[in-house]
Amino acid sequence: MDFEYSDDQRLLKDSIERFVQDNYAFDQRRKLVATEEGYSSDHWKLFAEQGWLGMTFPEEHGGLGLGPVETMIIMEAFGNGLVAEPYLPTVVLGAGAIRIGGSEAQKAEILPAVAEGKLKMALGFAERQSRYNLADVETKATRSDGGWTLDGMKGVVFGAPSADKFVVSARTYGGSRDPLGVTLFLVDKKAKGVRVRSYPTADGLRAGEVYLEGVSVGPADVVGAVDAGLPVLEQVIDNAIAAVCAEAVGAMKTSNDITLGYIKTREQFGQPIGKFQVLQHRMVDMFIAHEEAKSMAMMAAMRVDEPDAAERKKAISAAKVQIGKSGRYVGQQSIQLHGGIGMTDEYSIGHYFKRLTMIDRSFGDTDFHLKRFGEL
Amino acid sequence: MHLGSTVAEGAFRERVRAFIAAELPSVVAAKVLSGVELTRDEVVGWMRALSRQGWIAPAWPTDAGGPGWTVAEQVAFEEECYRAGAPTIVPFGVSMVGPVLLAFGDEAQKQRHLPGIVSSEVIWSQGYSEPNSGSDLASLATRAVREGGHYRVNGRKIWTTQAHWADWMFTLVRTDGTGKRQEGITVLLIDMKAPGVTVRPVPRFSGTSDFNEVILEDVLVPVAERVGEEGAGWTIAKYLLGHERVGTTGIGICAQALARLRRIACAMQAEGAPLIDEPAFRARLEALEVRFGAVRASLMRLAGGAAEREVGPEASLLKIRGTELQQDCLELLMEAGGYYAEPFIERALRAGWNEEPVGPADALALAPLYFDWRKASIYSGSNEIQKNIISKAVLGL
Repeated sequence: MDFEYSDDQRLLKDSIERFVQDNYAFDQRRKLVATEEGYSSDHWKLFAEQGWLGMTFPEEHGGLGLGPVETMIIMEAFGNGLVAEPYLPTVVLGAGAIRIGGSEAQKAEILPAVAEGKLKMALGFAERQSRYNLADVETKATRSDGGWTLDGMKGVVFGAPSADKFVVSARTYGGSRDPLGVTLFLVDKKAKGVRVRSYPTADGLRAGEVYLEGVSVGPADVVGAVDAGLPVLEQVIDNAIAAVCAEAVGAMKTSNDITLGYIKTREQFGQPIGKFQVLQHRMVDMFIAHEEAKSMAMMAAMRVDEPDAAERKKAISAAKVQIGKSGRYVGQQSIQLHGGIGMTDEYSIGHYFKRLTMIDRSFGDTDFHLKRFGEL
Repeated sequence: MHLGSTVAEGAFRERVRAFIAAELPSVVAAKVLSGVELTRDEVVGWMRALSRQGWIAPAWPTDAGGPGWTVAEQVAFEEECYRAGAPTIVPFGVSMVGPVLLAFGDEAQKQRHLPGIVSSEVIWSQGYSEPNSGSDLASLATRAVREGGHYRVNGRKIWTTQAHWADWMFTLVRTDGTGKRQEGITVLLIDMKAPGVTVRPVPRFSGTSDFNEVILEDVLVPVAERVGEEGAGWTIAKYLLGHERVGTTGIGICAQALARLRRIACAMQAEGAPLIDEPAFRARLEALEVRFGAVRASLMRLAGGAAEREVGPEASLLKIRGTELQQDCLELLMEAGGYYAEPFIERALRAGWNEEPVGPADALALAPLYFDWRKASIYSGSNEIQKNIISKAVLGL
């Protein structure tokens, strides 16, 4: 197993880190997430120009044919600056579903447009009752006129406000939570019967409730096979988990750096508070937490393409559990070591804590993944 | 409380519940239980109802206006209030300034200030921390210079909770910059309407904003508003912090959070069944309930009669374990929300918002509450400082 980056990967890492440094100083980010859209179209254009949007797509569909390690590199740097552009919803989730499960025609239609920055996507996979179970789908798809009619809703769809198209899960067969009978559909946001209620999430990003009321889609809009969408969905979500693990690692690193800088300079009792052993040991535990998370995020990136689904799931769940544990510790203790200033909105550290907390909530929390790990 | 005595708690709780049912507006209770911010009038309205009933200062001696409750009754009272969604009262008057005046104030000060505290006509805040004086409180630099019958005060206080609602501020100032740092500190009671007092809000990252910065520029404070002698401030501050630490145990907050947890865990679905049936979740909830019992029992054992005597270093234990429990309850509460802990509509936390909530109404504000409560292990002397106190004062290390 090789934990070293190739030259190309190092170049990619440098250029993304430079972008974050130049564009994501804390005050710049704060202004950006306070805007109506919550991200910058100029940044998005730059992502397209740099080839970051299509990086994991096949070369024949406007991509670079790269893989999860490159996604990890991007997401880790994004985590350093809490980048707010809808990269995860568009590239990893929405277009990820097309890349992994789509037909050649769908890939040809969707992937180049995403790579060029012209099309944004989102994936609707959760519902009010579903919690973290991807098979818990009550949104119904019924056959009509050779196509399908969708009725139901998808909850907390990340990036829904900015998306032009959605991939959503719907039930075509069986009862609630039946693993068989879940089908993925491509839905245009402008289609009749689609309604989005947009809102910010606690980490300053954007999501929405997507309501589907008698939405007609054609047979060509089925992503993957009818009734057999769950394995595709699971693979997409596992890719998203690998991606947010890397993002969390980046956020933890910056959070630790800021905190370390603070305890080296903040003086109380006539010396920097970092001279107190209790805080030194705390900081060491935070350092270790980040290192453990980084190891597991790298493992996740290396194993997410594993052909054996059970092996893949086990590795991904293990990583998610570690990231949850490390992120919680680093986030909470970063605030604690700052004291009162860490609680303020105008200081950066709380915003890292919020993103780390929301990552733990997403795609299955620690309890969920511990259970999945045990059952595999 | 005598060891082994049984407390006739049931009847007492009934009396408290009946009072709450009669006096607490249901709109206010609903706001509290869903995490919506209250107005000053709503909080003070509840405080005045307690005052009329003679219940505003549960721990005070009866001759000073306390109800004469046992510690078990005080705990039961706090639990009932919080479970019903009563507002958290502004604590600085009854829990801090009052006990200090009872112990250190002169007769004129007691007559001037205690009635307003007991009636909840006057709201207090406390000016302790400064930008460069947090854990190391004795380094405070706000300067008070004696000029005839007044002190001229200049400086900056920070994290002053609810200063924007306060009529008066209990303030630590430096009257002497020479000699031992602790010996140059004095307590002044400052009228917030005095010229030169500016209050500026400091929003928290959780979206809440009852933190303030209080800027004091050439504020003239009559010498009659000095509590104790010049230089006695450190002794008084320590006495006061002891009381604050008992209060920060937050047994009521924990009781409310645990009740809310059970409610939400029964309402939220996981795998087609109530979340509370998930073994891992249930085990975590029950572990918190056991910890609640331990904190509650320690509170009753260690804090009996706190208003009448100096609270010892044991109060630090209550602050540490109480705030840890509060934070862990609120963390599990947020986790119970699943994906619906993520939507964050800031306006929904403010009064007057009446749109349809996103997701279950109960999930609103779960994440902000969890975020906001990270303050509990920092305020009133960080938990690390509390451990220093136990290590030094109790264990002699």
